[in-house]
Amino acid sequence: MAGNPERPARRTARAAIVLAAAAIAAFGLVAVVHEATRDRIAATARARELARFDQVLGGLPHDNDLLADTLTLRDPELLGTTEAVTAYRARFHGQPVAVVLEFGATDGYSGSIRLLLAVAPDGTVLGVRTVSHHETPGLGDFIDAGKSDWMQRFSGKSLGNPAAARWRVRKDGGEFDQYTGATITSRAVVGAIGRTLQLFARHRDELLAAPATIQP
Amino acid sequence: MTPAAILRAGFRDQNPGLVQLLGLCPLLAVTTSLGSGLGLGLATLAVLIASNGLVSLVGRSLPAEIRIAVFVLLIAALVTAVELALAAWLPGLHAALGIFLPLIVTNCLVLARAEAFASRQPVGDALLDGFAMGGGFLVVLVALGSVREVLGRGSLGGDLHLLLGSGGPTSGLHLFNGQHGFLLALLPPGAFILLGLGLAWRQSCQATAAASSAGTGVTSGMPGEAAS
Repeated sequence: MAGNPERPARRTARAAIVLAAAAIAAFGLVAVVHEATRDRIAATARARELARFDQVLGGLPHDNDLLADTLTLRDPELLGTTEAVTAYRARFHGQPVAVVLEFGATDGYSGSIRLLLAVAPDGTVLGVRTVSHHETPGLGDFIDAGKSDWMQRFSGKSLGNPAAARWRVRKDGGEFDQYTGATITSRAVVGAIGRTLQLFARHRDELLAAPATIQP
Repeated sequence: MTPAAILRAGFRDQNPGLVQLLGLCPLLAVTTSLGSGLGLGLATLAVLIASNGLVSLVGRSLPAEIRIAVFVLLIAALVTAVELALAAWLPGLHAALGIFLPLIVTNCLVLARAEAFASRQPVGDALLDGFAMGGGFLVVLVALGSVREVLGRGSLGGDLHLLLGSGGPTSGLHLFNGQHGFLLALLPPGAFILLGLGLAWRQSCQATAAASSAGTGVTSGMPGEAAS
């Protein structure tokens, strides 16, 4: 080391300062963009959630904010999973008109199938939609509303129609036709809907009760 | 390099998808339809132009030890900005691209162009290189996405409304019932096979061009995608 002993230290210090400046500049860019887009992102996320509810509710009139009127249910013994079911309650003039339940079918072919189920206060299914899934494209994606109308068969059904034990695919002695070539997906969806209807029946009073926070 | 040479390199001679084979992960994962291929292609193109421009501006003044670190910081910030912008203005496309949008950070194409080209070239050339490389990547994404969508779903542009908003065509072109689609085309192995056919097609074009320039007069054919 014949050279000036200060040089390497200064070099390092300069590099550190440049790196810090670059980090601050990058952080600044992200902060500005985040600030500019935050409200819009929140608004679009909210609009998308509400649009999903409209799909399962089929235009049923309601006048409350579903996203603010929720309840979380857990029933590992019935559902076979510790995953929570989120219930969004739709009301019209203060009266409950439907409950939208969001839950997962965990025994599908590939990962969890997220479903949205709207139930009328008397337990009748108003509509079912798939929120997200990882089933095989072309085989298991018949559960997408845009791909086939298979999911529409649940509308108008309830736990008594057919009976709870008949909420299975036909192959397992149930009421519902499995989709050809995708029995596992069909079985998972039918089973999860049946179990969630039982969950609704168990917690019906709680789900249809008035909101916990009553406006003064 | 002349502008024409830069464009030729990006779109043909050094095409990221078909020659350099850079960024294959998003290339294969996302191209299940024309719409998502085009979406990721445009996002990558925007990041590449911006990162090339910035890197060209600051690249030469950076100490060698931290050059790559600064490039990564810049690219990560740009990708985050693009992701936030898409989430705000094209939420449908943002949801369709999912994890592959933030993963543009790890697309080696972006860092490779920053380090190998933009850091040593004037801003104008660097921007043009970003456009050419991003454009070349976009063309491959769109081509692969179109072929896979047609074979697998029997439609073309079925999810373009994610890009164009509700004002655009809502269902795209319907060629045949998606139930009779060729499933393999939508699965990852199908993506590899189709990309392989694309590579073979390009190699054969190159061989034909080399042969005809050598004066042997081979007639040019169009093997490849038609056979799939």
